[in-house]
Amino acid sequence: MANFQTVELTTDLLILGGGMSACGAAVEAAHWAKLNNLKVTLVDKAAMDRSGAVAMGLSAINQYVGLKDGENTLEDYVNYVKQDLMGIARDDLVANIARHVDSTVHLYEKWGLPIWKDEKGGYVHEGRWQLMINGESYKVVVAEAAKNAITGLGDKGEIYERVFIVEPLLDGDRIAGAVGFSVREEKFYIFKAKAVIVCMGGAVHVFRPRSTGEGLGRAWYPPWNSGSSAYFTMRAGAEMTCQEVRFIPVRFKDGYGPVGAWFLLFKSRATNAFGGDYMVERKSELEKWKPYGLVKPIPANLRNWLGMMDQMEGKGPIYMRTEEAIQKIASSAGDEKAAKKKLKELESEAWEDFLDMTISQAILWAASNVSPEEKSSEITAAEPYFIGSHSGASGAWVSGPADLQNDQSRKEYFWGYGHMSTIKGMFCAGDASGASSHKFSSGSHAEGRIAAKEAVRFIVENNSQPKVDMAKAEELKKIILRPLDLFQENKSKSSDPNINPNFIKPKMFMFRLQKIMDEYSAGVSAQFATNKPSLERALELLGWLKEDSDKLAAEDLHELMRCWENVQRMWQAEVHVRTILFREETRWPGYYRRTDFPEMKDEWKVFANAKWDPKSGAWTMLKRPVISLI
Amino acid sequence: MPSFVIPEKCDGCKALDKTACQYICPNDLMVLNKDIMKAYNREPDMCWECYNCVKICPTQAIEVRGYADFVPMGAQVTPMRSTDSIMWTVKFRNGSLKRFKFPIRTTPEGSAAPDGGWKSNQGDLKSAALWGEPAALGLNEVPTLKSLKK
Repeated sequence: MANFQTVELTTDLLILGGGMSACGAAVEAAHWAKLNNLKVTLVDKAAMDRSGAVAMGLSAINQYVGLKDGENTLEDYVNYVKQDLMGIARDDLVANIARHVDSTVHLYEKWGLPIWKDEKGGYVHEGRWQLMINGESYKVVVAEAAKNAITGLGDKGEIYERVFIVEPLLDGDRIAGAVGFSVREEKFYIFKAKAVIVCMGGAVHVFRPRSTGEGLGRAWYPPWNSGSSAYFTMRAGAEMTCQEVRFIPVRFKDGYGPVGAWFLLFKSRATNAFGGDYMVERKSELEKWKPYGLVKPIPANLRNWLGMMDQMEGKGPIYMRTEEAIQKIASSAGDEKAAKKKLKELESEAWEDFLDMTISQAILWAASNVSPEEKSSEITAAEPYFIGSHSGASGAWVSGPADLQNDQSRKEYFWGYGHMSTIKGMFCAGDASGASSHKFSSGSHAEGRIAAKEAVRFIVENNSQPKVDMAKAEELKKIILRPLDLFQENKSKSSDPNINPNFIKPKMFMFRLQKIMDEYSAGVSAQFATNKPSLERALELLGWLKEDSDKLAAEDLHELMRCWENVQRMWQAEVHVRTILFREETRWPGYYRRTDFPEMKDEWKVFANAKWDPKSGAWTMLKRPVISLI
Repeated sequence: MPSFVIPEKCDGCKALDKTACQYICPNDLMVLNKDIMKAYNREPDMCWECYNCVKICPTQAIEVRGYADFVPMGAQVTPMRSTDSIMWTVKFRNGSLKRFKFPIRTTPEGSAAPDGGWKSNQGDLKSAALWGEPAALGLNEVPTLKSLKK
């Protein structure tokens, strides 16, 4: 067996991940831990300054409710989210995040994130909930506060970077810690903790992306988000929710640059190749999806769907009419001089939008000699992603807060500690927690803060160190390091390190997974449509893939991480297929369609949840009610 | 490619225990070839073109060449990041140039105080208020839903 040193560490609170929600958790946890003399340990697979989904930066903060100025109410936000998700959202969770997100944004401003201000000193809105920022260093600034918080704990605060977490450790029905390995040195880590906050992001590359050559990495969401959260929580036996609610963003084609500023700030239209506006021409289709089809703003998946219908009818490409939008704004600026000045301003804003968060799109525009004021640019529906923080909803089923329940919801949505999963002591935030969409970067940070305070309360009220079965930990070490052994044992059987009858390398394993998902589970090439036989075929193929995952091989630590990332993707894929199969209707036509159940049904206005039993390996599918609190 | 290292400029971050690009890459792509002391991107098709290696490189030895499977050749986007702003130079395929400068932070590096200066709720672990709230919200109390108000 690969000769790795085992490093055993004991802490009170273990924060897994280093992105926005983990940084929120770190800041809040540090304060309450200090008061209660507890230790906090944070583990990131990368470097906190630039880890997670905001590693490149962002050009907007997408959730700010504006409570202090009476801009909106909590009810407004809950309504917005629930409509966008076609009625499927947890009011208690959405409201809880919404009532704390503004303080996260106020903290950002104090920490040094440049938020655009108007003449009166108010925030500049991109849309009703969105704020414009100069966000190149968004993550650097937020990570700095988190690191300062942990460092402030002295020897009661620890940060481990470049440690990749794989499996949970359990003590009966309670979380006991996590295991993983360093991607820099031959060390296997066993973290023992009284409570764990899972903040390891969503999943990318489960489906075959549109670009499969060198541009394979140019996913809309970052390629390092491999489903670590979903895998970890499922393997602990947690109940999962909304695993069918993938997200398909419509973005500038190929570069996947953001469209929010164009649609919301510049009020641009999108039209098909023949100038037709599908939002106007296909308005009658929205009737079919009422009441959600008739609300404003029209749900993201329905906007997707109308554009997809045009593309399926051969009316593509679809264009963002940038030239029209810019000329309209510039000409309303006044005289020629004012118009010219405005044009210059808009040009800079448009480029910053890309340069802050999707530099590839700026390269693509420059390489195609695009001047947005002169020429439209193509937009298209990307491939599916798992991102519960955006307009998807997948994640673990977590308890709501005690004070945001009515008598009915208290029975269904509350079990002691806010944002704790169905596993005692295991909390989730950001993409790790489900049914609370539209939290984005700021709401994920706020959810991390909420979860951290509740996790500390959990520790204070349940202050014993769970027992870790060291024999089990050693067994996990063997399994986790197996790909290295498998490579060494078999490499002499072929002159090519990648082609060997006795093992499979992680990249080809990923392609095999992506092909299954793309073709049978409503990916791009299947035009986002599927049915029962296709899904059953997907499960059959996934079953063999799962068996073959024992044959994953790694030449080095980097490849070992790739092996486990793809096992995580495979589990995300399986729970997705099972949940789509379970929900016998079509509810989000712009995310996926069941051709055998093409209509939305009242009886399915429920959460579709899934649970894997670590003891028996069996899956249970169950329905949970949607309860309105407003 | 997409990020690539210019051999003449890369010095392998000589004095450091690991190269800057290796330290920062969120996807663990940058590595150092110790024989020639030059860094390289070991898995270009897993590169997000996030530019963090480009921005952090002390010798400006890293550039990005757009994905070869869909980006026409000849363009280049180059950042110069300082402590408070970033300057971008965008070179078009047709040779034209654009330059933009944007702020990146309003406070000195390292100065972010976790509490942001708000001093409310320092000690109540059971209340709905997070550390610094409700002052940090700009409110007198943490709001609740109207239907649940007693």
